[in-house]
Parts: sequence; C-alpha cells; structure tokens
Amino acid sequence: MSTNFVKNALGRMVPTSVNGKEQVPYMGVGKYKPTGRKYAPYIASCADYPADGNKIVPSLKEALIKSGLKDGMVISTHHHFRNGDLIANQIFDIAHELGVKDLVWVPSASFECHAPLIKYLEDGTIHHIEGSMNGSLGRFTSQGKMKGMGILRSHGGRYQSIQDGEVVIDIAVIAAPTADSFGNSTGDRGPAACGLLGFALADSQYAHKVIVTTDNLVPFPCIPWQIHGNYVDYVVLFDQVGIPEKIVSGTTEITKSPDRLLLAEMTSQFCDEAGIIKDGFSFQAGAGGTALSIGIYFADLLRERGMKARFARGGSNKYLVNMLEEGLVDYILDGQTFDLDGVRSMRENANHLNTSPFTSYNYHGKGNFSTMVDAVILGATEVDLNFNANVVTHSDGVLLHGIGGWQNCLFSKCTILPIPLFRDRIPVIRDEVTTICGPGELIDVIVTERGIAINPLRTDLIEKLKNSSLPIKTIQQLKDEAEAICGKPEKIEFTDEAVAVIKWVDGTVIDTVWKIK
Amino acid sequence: MNNIVTIGNKGKGVRSDCAVTLEMCETGGLQIQIESKVKAIFGNQIEALVKDMLNFYAIQNAVIIIEDSGALPFVMAARIEAAIKKLTGTEKDYLLPMLAQNNYKTSKDKNRFSRLYLPGNTPSLMINAGIHKPDGIILDLEDAVAPDKKYEASFLVRNALRNLDFYNAERMVRINQIPRGLDDLEFLIPHNVNLLLVPKCEGAHQINMLNERIEYLKGKFNVTCDIWLMPIIESALGVIKAFEIASAAPNVVALAIGLEDYTADLGVMRTKVATESFFARTQIVNACKATGIQAIDSVFSDVADLDGLRDNVRISKSLGFDGMGCIHPRQIKVIHESFAPEAAEIEKAKKIVNAFIEASEKGLGVVSLGTKMIDAPVVKRAQKTIDLSIKLGKLNQNWREEYVN
Repeated sequence: MSTNFVKNALGRMVPTSVNGKEQVPYMGVGKYKPTGRKYAPYIASCADYPADGNKIVPSLKEALIKSGLKDGMVISTHHHFRNGDLIANQIFDIAHELGVKDLVWVPSASFECHAPLIKYLEDGTIHHIEGSMNGSLGRFTSQGKMKGMGILRSHGGRYQSIQDGEVVIDIAVIAAPTADSFGNSTGDRGPAACGLLGFALADSQYAHKVIVTTDNLVPFPCIPWQIHGNYVDYVVLFDQVGIPEKIVSGTTEITKSPDRLLLAEMTSQFCDEAGIIKDGFSFQAGAGGTALSIGIYFADLLRERGMKARFARGGSNKYLVNMLEEGLVDYILDGQTFDLDGVRSMRENANHLNTSPFTSYNYHGKGNFSTMVDAVILGATEVDLNFNANVVTHSDGVLLHGIGGWQNCLFSKCTILPIPLFRDRIPVIRDEVTTICGPGELIDVIVTERGIAINPLRTDLIEKLKNSSLPIKTIQQLKDEAEAICGKPEKIEFTDEAVAVIKWVDGTVIDTVWKIK
Repeated sequence: MNNIVTIGNKGKGVRSDCAVTLEMCETGGLQIQIESKVKAIFGNQIEALVKDMLNFYAIQNAVIIIEDSGALPFVMAARIEAAIKKLTGTEKDYLLPMLAQNNYKTSKDKNRFSRLYLPGNTPSLMINAGIHKPDGIILDLEDAVAPDKKYEASFLVRNALRNLDFYNAERMVRINQIPRGLDDLEFLIPHNVNLLLVPKCEGAHQINMLNERIEYLKGKFNVTCDIWLMPIIESALGVIKAFEIASAAPNVVALAIGLEDYTADLGVMRTKVATESFFARTQIVNACKATGIQAIDSVFSDVADLDGLRDNVRISKSLGFDGMGCIHPRQIKVIHESFAPEAAEIEKAKKIVNAFIEASEKGLGVVSLGTKMIDAPVVKRAQKTIDLSIKLGKLNQNWREEYVN
C-alpha cells in the first residue's frame, strides 16, 4: 500500500492517511478548528445492569469476552503506574490466547515494562500502538517492524482525539487502586495507590465498554470517586493491579549532577530576572532531575522573600509536596503523581487536587489550564534554529520517548527548556531537528550551561534580560559553540518509509517518524 | 615487543570517552572498525580522524577498533595517539590546533580561592569543568590516575590543554612526584600550562630540579611566559622545610597542604576539627606569609556536606589561608563565598581606607578613625580587602564617590 505525503505548515512531509484514516496536516498554531459535534458513546440502559450495583465478574478474560473482544478492536489503558503497570500485558496475553488479531492498543503512555508486548506486535495480536512508544517499543517501531503506523499524541491530544472521535475505544481497562463493585474508583488509596486516574477519564467517558480492575474492593460507595461507576461495565478483582514503588522511574529524583544543577540555577535566575517569580505566580516543572531541582530553587526564592505561588501544576513529587506543606504554594493541580509522597498528599491534603487532561490540556475545549501557567520547565532532545523542538527521537533517529504533556505545556506564558548544550558528543541545537514535536513560536527560552537563547519573538524577555549577568546569546551562537566543541553533526539518513506520526494538540499531523536504515 | 594494545575506557558508566585497540600487522592493509553511540551523526568524522592519524604515522597495516561512548575529538585523538606511540615508540606528536582562547596567562598574585581537581584520565569530568567558574582547574596526573593509566593520561591532559576551553580558569596540572614528574613536563610546558602542582614536596632541591627541566623545555619549545609552581606539602619533613620550599624560586606562587598524606605520615587519624594538623597548617601559612606567597588549604572530602565545608573554609580563612582545593564543582561557590570578604569586613575596610585617603589629602601623618589611631598595617589590610572586593564584584570600583557623598 503506498502512502501519499504532503508538506505541512512547518515544511515537514506528512502522510495524508494513517492506518486507513484521513489526516489533516498541521496548519499552524490555532489554525485548525474542526466543526461538528463530539463523539458520543452508545446509550446504555440500567435494565442491562444489576440492580444491586454489583458488576463483578470472575476474571479479566471473562470481562473481555463479555465486552465482545474481537479482531481489530481498540483497547485502552492508562499509565498512572508508569513502569509498574501490571494490567496491559495481561490483556494482550488473553487476546493472544483467544486468537484475537489486529488489535489497536491506546495507552496513555508506555514504559519499558511493556516490552513483552513486542511478541504480540510480531505475531499480529496487536496491529499498532496509538499513544507513546518508549524504549524497546520505540526501537521496534523505528525498525519498521510494527504492522500498522504508530501514532504519538500528547496527553491533551489523547483526550482531544477520543472526544473528537478520531480514536474510538472499544474496550477500556482501568487499573484502579481502590474501587467498589459498581465501578466507582479512585487512585489515591489502597495497597497499590498511584495518586489519581485522570488519564483514564476520557476512556471511561467515551469507550464502548469499560472494565475496572482493582486489588482493593471496598463496599459501595468508594469515596472519593475519580472514575464514575456509571460509566463502568465490569469490575474484576486482582491480587495486584500495579506496583506503586515503580511510579518512581528514574527521572523523578533530584539531580546530583553539578552540570544539571548549574542549569537549574541559571533557569531559576532567569525566571527571577524576567520577573516571573512573584507573589501569586504559577509554574509547572515536569519530571526529570533538572526540572525538579528548579522547583527547589523556586522554593528557596519564595521562602527568602516571604512570597508564595498560587498554584503549581504537577506531576507532583515530594519536592512539590514539601512546598505545599510549607505554605510556599496554595494549590497543586496534579495530573499524575511521580512518587508516593505525591500520592499521600493528594489523599490527605484538600489543596492537592487531581486534574485530568480534560481540565489541563484538551485543546478542543473552552480553554484549558495550560495557558494560565506563568512558567513551564520542559526538556527536549533537539532544538533547531527556529526553536522547533523534538522530544521523541534521539540523535540516531530512533523513537525512544512519548510526548507526554509536553506539547500541551508549550502554551504557558513562558516556556523554558533547560538542556545541556551537548550530551557527550551530541549537540542539542541543530540546523534541523529529527522530528518536530513542538513549533518554535511557542518555545521562548533555551537555557544551556554555556548560554541562554531567548526566542526573538519574545522582545519583552530580551528587553528584561538585557543587563543580566546571565550569558544571553543567540541560538545561532549556541549552535556554533556546540559545533566548535563536538564537530558539525552529519545528517541522519532514513528510509522513505513512515513508521509513526506525531500529532499536534489539535489532531493535525505535525511530523513523521521514518524507518531507520 | 607487544603488537597489540588497548588504550582508554569503555563499558557501563563510561561517557565522553572511547577505547582504542590497535594491532600492528605485517600485511593486510588497514582495517578500521568503529562502534559508536554517535555513529549516525559523526561516523564519517570519526573515520576521517582515524585515517588521518594512521596516515600521519605512516601506518599501513593494522587493525584498529574504536569503541566510542561519545568521545570529543580531542579525547579520541589522545587515545589513538597513545595507542600508536605505545606500539611504535615514535616521537612525532599529533597535535590538534591550540584554541585561540586558550592562550591566556595568569599573574603571580592572581586570586586562588578555589581550584578544582580533575582526574587526568576522565574526560567526562573535564569537559564542563570551566563552566563552574573555579579560579583554577587541576588536571591531575598523580593520585587520581591509576599507575597503568598514567601513560595514556599524559596525552589526554596535553590535548585538553590545547583543545578544551576552561573559560579563563587558571590551567594547572598536578604532575607526578619528582623525579617521575619531570617526564610529564614535555606534555605540558609547550601547551600553555599556567601552573604546576608539585606533590609531596620536601625540599628546595626538588623545586630546583623541576625548574631546571622547565627552563630547558621553555628554551626548546620557545615558551616565554612564566610557569608558576605550587608545591604541595604532604609530610612532616615537608612541613619542617616549608619556608625553604616557599622561598626556593621566584616562580613559587603558593604552598598547598595535603592533609591525607600528612596525617598518614604522622600516623594519626584525619578529623573534621583538624587539631592534629594545626601546627602544619599554621607553619605553612607562616612560611607563605614570610615569603609573600599564597597559602592554600587541603580539600574537604565530604562533597555532600556543604555546611561542613563552609565552616571549614571559615576556619581556614581565619588561620590565614588564601584558598582551598575542591574535588566537586558544587564546592566552588561555597568556597568563593566564604573566602570573599564579608559585608561588615568591607564596610570597615571602606571606613579605614577612606580615613587614610582623607588624612593624606590633609597632609596628616597620623590616621585616626573616631578616637582610634589606625596603624599602617591595618590600612594595608583594609586596602587589600577593598581590592579583592572590587575584583570579586562585591564593591564598585568607584565606591569612594558614593561613600564620600
């Protein structure tokens, strides 16, 4: 089957059709506005559900069969357990056992713990993945071994695509740390507490069939309920639904690297000099050692000056929780908990709120939280001279990461990427990035240990920092400096076979991931 | 003679380095094998470097295997050259261009609050050393390099001196103990090293031997700038001979003390309160002050304990030390802050210097502040504090304009 490609508004070649579905090429920020109504799931009738509210079935296999599992279906899971997820692999073990083929897996993110699914991608149980393809799954995809084309979406884009009907989920399986037999569920308590279940919200609202799996069944009502039992078809009991200790997956510990601490220090000084850190401001620092350290520097500044932030957007972790408990921030609006302190705080502290991609990130909504954040600290694997950035592929062209909330966060008032100027010998600032995940017009500042580049569009920031003691340079200067040290990188050669596409927050295709040679 | 050698480092945890295995053959031409994590974007450049070097050394038959963990070109070149020289014994140097910005000199009385130790065979720790803004960096060829790695480390250190930007930090190298350290000099003297640390120094004769060789090499390579020496006193004998060493030659700019070896020599435990080395430390400070050079304190080895470091620096400063070694970049800031004059110190110095200037303007021979007479040494010390504060950016150069008005 041949695929047609067109050039999108960023000049990238993108397919006009993916897995048989028509695509809209990226048109620019805020340019594509679909009309029509949202997708709606089927009408259900209480007549079909037990009056005593008990929806328990004996096994996941039975629940899947009752849900009508068959070839070609779309199956979704959430990633609140991060690398400690125990459910997704079991679903496809069952599908394989039943001889079901060509499933589409729509996780809100994948982790290395999902590497065993490669065998099902190989034998045709799974046709392709829509969500993220991390680590081994990414490498598998990049080698062109996946049957269908992968689709990468941001957290907000996932909600948008389900809401808009681009992705129609047949069966959603929601791992719930605590639930009642009606299906009301929460993530903030139970032996496998993982915090919240926001990534499963769209799945519960829009999937045709919803299965809740839990290892902590409580009598009705399960309070609080983050997932409404009224959306749920079946409840299945497990010995263990996830390993909460594995929520902490490496990138959620503060850095000890002096180089990264320096980056964090420079970033916080930049924010301070740019006038961002003031009473009542708001920020979001993602996972990753550098970002976490920046939070610590913010806290120091606030404490020193007797000020506090109005809200911080999570990923929450112990550092953010400390700020909340110390009174340095009024609220945490949390999308996912990155450690067990975050889980505890969400359970115990009324000012630590669980949010969802609907409230925080959905671009096809009546606004969302991301635009109201004063400063957001993000990472990137590559940035080009126009500030376009990549977060999914590595310098060798291999797909290794998902987008997460990264694209959605770019809409904050000031988007800052603290990144080392080069990693080993790999320069971060390039003539052209391997994969564009975010348009440069939304990326305001690149902080490297050897200099800070402000996007020329942000004349206000350039003006504010003009007498700074920080090393303010142009992005071209930074690129030249890196190349003087590392050499000028050669262009990677790919095949002309598309293996995945990157969706923008509005569902358009911003770039293509190509099969490696 | 052996015909196969492996130089450099590889394996888990190794970054910005490479291992080079070279086997010289009688026939078969050149077989180049490159495994690199950056092959997709630097594969051709790596191959070009390997070929250029083999050609430079006129090697026609060899197997060369590069196992690369993202080594910068100066690192890879050092590894390849060390491998070739080890097998062929050639004396030709494959020199990368000297970076124009690396040609700076340093002055004898330059500030030396902090100097960051960098193991001489670990490129990943060298590359970003300068961005942490230590007063000096020390490429260490002595204790931080295992005996069987000393050979290859000299090439790496030489290439770093030429090709790595330390962003104006004073470029120091700790050579091996004299006499072995004399052999290190060829790798350093022609490549704009600013200062040499001389470990386990126990007498002027070592300084003299060293200076003789330095002068010879300066002549040979047409080097005109000064090369400063900082002997490290690490034994009881060294402590006793401190003044002799401090005054051994005009290019001795400081004495440093190494407390690990010193306490071992005394046969006592090294403690945080450091009473056991009190004599040695004050002896060294006095030897330095008597000769007008700087006294540099030992490193503080608990890198996680920044508060402990701060206390340690305060004591050090109060004993008369002018600086301290660091073994981790995070220590630099604490050392700078703690050695720098404090606000109250600066204020007092301003008062004194101002009173002195006003008195001189009025032609008064006696300076007084309120009812107190100010002696000349007090003025001198205050002036030193002022100069330092200006240098550190803690005081405006034109402070008196504001002060008087």
